[in-house]
Amino acid sequence: MIAPTHQEAAALELSLSVAWRSVAFSLPPAICIAWVLTRRRFAGKTLLDAVVHLPLVLPPVAVGYVLLLLFGTRGPIGGWLDRSFGIVLIFTRNGAALATAVMSFPLMVRAIRISLENVDRGLEDVARTLGARPLDRFMSVTLPLMLPGLSAGAITAFSAALGEFGAVITFVSNIPGETQTLPLALYSALQEPGGEHAAARLAVMSVVLGLGGLLLSEWFARRVRWMLGR
Amino acid sequence: MSLKVAVEKRLESFALDVRFDAPTPGIVALFGPSGCGKSTTINIIAGLLVPDRGEISLDDDVLLDSRRRIAVAAERRGIGYVFQDARLFPHLNVASNLRYAQRRAPYVSLERVLALLDLEPLLSRRAHQLSGGERQRVAIGRALLSQPRLLLLDEPLAALDRDRREEVLPYLETLRDQLSIPMIYVSHQFDEVLRLATHLVLMQSGTVAAEGGITQMSLDPKLRVLIGPDAVGAVIDGTVIGADAASGLTRVRLGNGEIKVEAARLAAGTRMRVQLLARDVIVSTRMPQYLSVRNSVQGVVTAIDDDSTGKAGGVGSDLVSIDIGAGASILARVTRAATRELELAVGAPAWALVKAVSLRGHSFPAPGLPREHGPTAEQR
Repeated sequence: MIAPTHQEAAALELSLSVAWRSVAFSLPPAICIAWVLTRRRFAGKTLLDAVVHLPLVLPPVAVGYVLLLLFGTRGPIGGWLDRSFGIVLIFTRNGAALATAVMSFPLMVRAIRISLENVDRGLEDVARTLGARPLDRFMSVTLPLMLPGLSAGAITAFSAALGEFGAVITFVSNIPGETQTLPLALYSALQEPGGEHAAARLAVMSVVLGLGGLLLSEWFARRVRWMLGR
Repeated sequence: MSLKVAVEKRLESFALDVRFDAPTPGIVALFGPSGCGKSTTINIIAGLLVPDRGEISLDDDVLLDSRRRIAVAAERRGIGYVFQDARLFPHLNVASNLRYAQRRAPYVSLERVLALLDLEPLLSRRAHQLSGGERQRVAIGRALLSQPRLLLLDEPLAALDRDRREEVLPYLETLRDQLSIPMIYVSHQFDEVLRLATHLVLMQSGTVAAEGGITQMSLDPKLRVLIGPDAVGAVIDGTVIGADAASGLTRVRLGNGEIKVEAARLAAGTRMRVQLLARDVIVSTRMPQYLSVRNSVQGVVTAIDDDSTGKAGGVGSDLVSIDIGAGASILARVTRAATRELELAVGAPAWALVKAVSLRGHSFPAPGLPREHGPTAEQR
């Protein structure tokens, strides 16, 4: 009774897979953008900041629609990806990951920016006097010191990716086994007559997953703080 | 060989215009009140701060020349920097902090530095598990492991209490005596400068007020104002003659004279730096007799300055400089009335009597003697 059904297991596996890909896709650009926004001064900085935050204020369905326009097989980016590399994002789990990545991107950039602002520039100066070049300095000092914020950002983005609905269903539709993540399966269950029981089970799974993520994040943050001696 | 600095930078509160030329190796003290631009100056030397214009060269290497548009990046200058707050990497333990520097340097032995600074027992600890003094020792070790051609120390003892300072100072003396790395030591504590420095650059509101060897600078009126009346006194590098059999004191040659100092047993020939506080020196125009003061040195009065710093009981006082030969002079504080009554005048013979043993002696390496070589520029 308690063991998940085949379909539930598929949705769970897919959700985790999509969330993990989403974080992997968005972490490197999020670090770059956070760094640029924190450390650089340039014209158009406010605009970049606004664009990054856009998914936070747009309806998720609108984000999905924009993705559809850009990354659809006839879209400017999607078409190019298809022709050049044979990569199709629409109706695939990578597409779902892209949609969730875009939606959770502002959260991630915010968390990373805060951690970067808290990095003691004095320690980077020490690294300079010890002969560390810019990239070396970033990898050996700045990045490790950002770890608390970085991990918090990644875990938050992961959890948000598990729950993303609007952008995913608009961009990659609701295909069981390919793009039907937990929230989409939950929605489908509710659409069927007598699906309340199945919906309740999926809801419980979501709660357990979310709670697990938060606890993991707290445990990790403590460990990192201990490592940094705070 | 020398370190030449001539830089200008406009800051919010004042304009920095620093020029000095210090011999290397040796310890150059940048001394002056808080906010006079000492830290800004060494940040510019390190390359962490860019001046508006200027030149910096170490030995024959140009590190900065704004006219020729040369500005070597901080990470390529090969200049070590010990910050006031140690700045150990919190995500690494002591061993990894040290290796961080070592890995980025051409070659340097960890063992030598560990031994010099007694770092072995601390290796597995993290920065927050160290005392202030230990943290500073690790920071010094880390800077040394980067094989610097020049080591900058920005008030490394300022954040420490008295006992901790005494714990770290001997290590700094060891570095000075055993390595041939030139150092710039920023401080506003004159006793540290006295113990460590070979050359003194006096800074005041963004400019160099005076510079020179410690001995010569100790007589400079500009220094008197900074260190206060009780610290004014000649600093003389003397030579140990030997132990005095009767008293057990150490006989030290100062100029053409000789005094006896309470000091640890030191071999004859050892250089010893002593400070004779002006307030503890009595002047006599005759050969002193029938006095309890045992230390007297004969010389010639070379200057009588108004002692603007001394408030000897509200009475005006003078600072009398007495040349005791071999380039050494003693400063004595004398009331204005005494100057008149003794008819003290430039050129007149005088005896300087050193009251009590207010002498602060520190053994010091003789300049020019062969030293054990540490990581030097040649090995880079």
